[in-house]
Amino acid sequence: MSQLFPLSVAVPLLVAAGLLAFRSLLQGKRHVRGLVAVAASASVAVMLLVLTLRTGAGSAYWFAGFHPSGGVAIGIDFTAGPLNAGLACLGAVLMTASMIFAWRYFTQVGAYFHVLMLTFLAGMTGFCLAGDVFDLFVWFELMGVSAYALTAYRPEERGPIQGGLNFAITNSVGAYLSLTGIAMIYGRTGALNMAQISRYVSTHPTSGLVVIGFLLIITGLLVKAAIVPFHFWLADAHAVAPTPVCVLFSGVMVELGLYGIARMYWSVFGTALGHRAAISHVFLGLGVLTAIVGALYCFRERHIKRLLAFSTISHAGMFLAGFALLTPLGLAGAALAVLAHGFVKGALFLGAGIVLHRLHSVNETYLHGRGRHLRLTGAMFTIAALGLADLPPFGTFLGKGWITDSAAGAANHGVAGGPWLAAVFCACSVLTAGAVLRVAGGVFYGLGDPPGEDPRMAAEANEEKGESDSGRQRTPLTMLIPTGVLVLLGVASGIAALLPRFAVALETAAARFQDQQAYASLVLGGAQPAHPAPLYPQVPPDVTAAAVIAALCSVAGAILLALTALYWRRLPVLRKGYEPGRGLQGLIESFQSGVINDYITWLVAGVAALGGILALVIR
Amino acid sequence: MTVFPFLVVAWIVAVGLYGLITSRDLIHQIVCLIVVQSSTYVLLLGVGYVTGGVAPYFYDIGRRALAVDPVVQALALTDVVVEAAVTALLLSLAVQAHKRFGTLDPHDLAEFKG
Repeated sequence: MSQLFPLSVAVPLLVAAGLLAFRSLLQGKRHVRGLVAVAASASVAVMLLVLTLRTGAGSAYWFAGFHPSGGVAIGIDFTAGPLNAGLACLGAVLMTASMIFAWRYFTQVGAYFHVLMLTFLAGMTGFCLAGDVFDLFVWFELMGVSAYALTAYRPEERGPIQGGLNFAITNSVGAYLSLTGIAMIYGRTGALNMAQISRYVSTHPTSGLVVIGFLLIITGLLVKAAIVPFHFWLADAHAVAPTPVCVLFSGVMVELGLYGIARMYWSVFGTALGHRAAISHVFLGLGVLTAIVGALYCFRERHIKRLLAFSTISHAGMFLAGFALLTPLGLAGAALAVLAHGFVKGALFLGAGIVLHRLHSVNETYLHGRGRHLRLTGAMFTIAALGLADLPPFGTFLGKGWITDSAAGAANHGVAGGPWLAAVFCACSVLTAGAVLRVAGGVFYGLGDPPGEDPRMAAEANEEKGESDSGRQRTPLTMLIPTGVLVLLGVASGIAALLPRFAVALETAAARFQDQQAYASLVLGGAQPAHPAPLYPQVPPDVTAAAVIAALCSVAGAILLALTALYWRRLPVLRKGYEPGRGLQGLIESFQSGVINDYITWLVAGVAALGGILALVIR
Repeated sequence: MTVFPFLVVAWIVAVGLYGLITSRDLIHQIVCLIVVQSSTYVLLLGVGYVTGGVAPYFYDIGRRALAVDPVVQALALTDVVVEAAVTALLLSLAVQAHKRFGTLDPHDLAEFKG
């Protein structure tokens, strides 16, 4: 089994190199190229699935057999536990689905598309498995560079150039700040291996340098995770990246940033920072702020891909809140929600891709009623939208339910959280899912009144023509099948979580992930700490009434909100020339200005503010 | 080891970020990004510096000789590779922007707002 560690990154990299090397031979053979790339990606998915299921308590692999000696890491390691290998597996599954989708999607799919996708996959996998902070940075950059290139895949328009540049510059600045933090930590501890750093910082008094190092390292990850105020790049990039790529950006890349933060906290700095309520409050605050800001921006958006992008920001905030509770149940809930959200959001983006392919627009106003003949697509899009609204048995329902259950019991553990978190989650789910359902109702079923003229409509209607093949009378099966499979996987993840065995395994995996000593002894060897039995749960978390009620409320609320948004002109109260959000337009645009200078200003201000807050709470 | 290299690092980061925030020319901004990254080279080499240390080629100086830390040099080298990839990509985008829209001002290139 240990061969799977290097193979899971070597296969995509070698196949990518092969596709490039033999590109003159493969000229014009798009099916061969596609088949090779899909096969490589699917094999990575299988390898990672085996790793996920078979690692159990986790395992470490040392490259070239350089095992640590005397608690000092000499070589470079990959570590796999169910959570990180599972996240990488999610990435590979989404990659496979989106490459199948892309088969007939592009007018001309160049050789570089598959090459970039495979290097992106290798970057994501390596990032998940890396056990070394510098490797983490290198994989982060590999993933980043492929993603920047994929964003600007069609550089003949203004949008992709803007999106690609904003994405690349913001993320690069974040990554360099991370590297600065890594260098500072290396200067202090003399180690790059996470387990070794963790042993050093938890046995020495915590100095300001360690806190600053932690802050700088997570800055790059917060940018990737699109946490407010580091989130501005995301909507610009998602709006313009080819739709199959958006699936990966939203479904897994953003979540990788969150994984990185969780890894840094739980495997490296947790003990040194002291698992105290103050840290929990800081992250919970960031998460809640992000969830609310993302949801509000999501609801006012008319560009379907941007709308979905803002919903991703909102969900990233919820996942961060789940991690911030510092409980195994909260983390398990976040992990399940990430899994289900990846599938559901992937299906929604693929649905948007089909709309773009057939109707040549992603402007909701323009598309009103024009998608009536896309019955199957409409049905899948609507079901996925309900999944986003936490409809049982989608995995999003139990995932968010576990997080809010854990928050409701937070007072007992002396950490942040409370029953109010359920209300915040419910409100954000209503707003984001309501917006997506509004799109589904308007576009696919022609519900609601015909919209007025949108000044941006004409421009955006023509904007995306270049991306996708045109003139087809039927939606190809290569597009419908991946979308349907992702919807089914979203449901399957929820049903699996209802099984006691799966739920216990997930919560145990979360508890192990949070066990810093166990991680250090797994990687570096040494005595396994003896833990009291209750640390690893024996009984599955209950499906509480509160979670079911919250989920049903958010589904009902989302449907109601969507109907209100579609029919608001008929409501007596709103009829008198009320234009939602017009007055705020200027203010909202001044935040999300699309100009890189402003984004960097926010980034610097955010780091400074976060540093100030951390300095205040860790004294 | 003195505090001097670290002051230089802070200065380079600050200058680079200032340029990124204020500049209205893409090429200039990309160069500022390189400046920000350069700070990490100085920091890495500063962290690994040993007063009186020699270059870490242990073949002719003996295993016990005082040498600077070779790990940070490897890291700085990797960092240079990363920078080359990112910069090349960004500059190619800037070239595209100039070719197609005749402008390098990020304010003119911003299509999406709000």
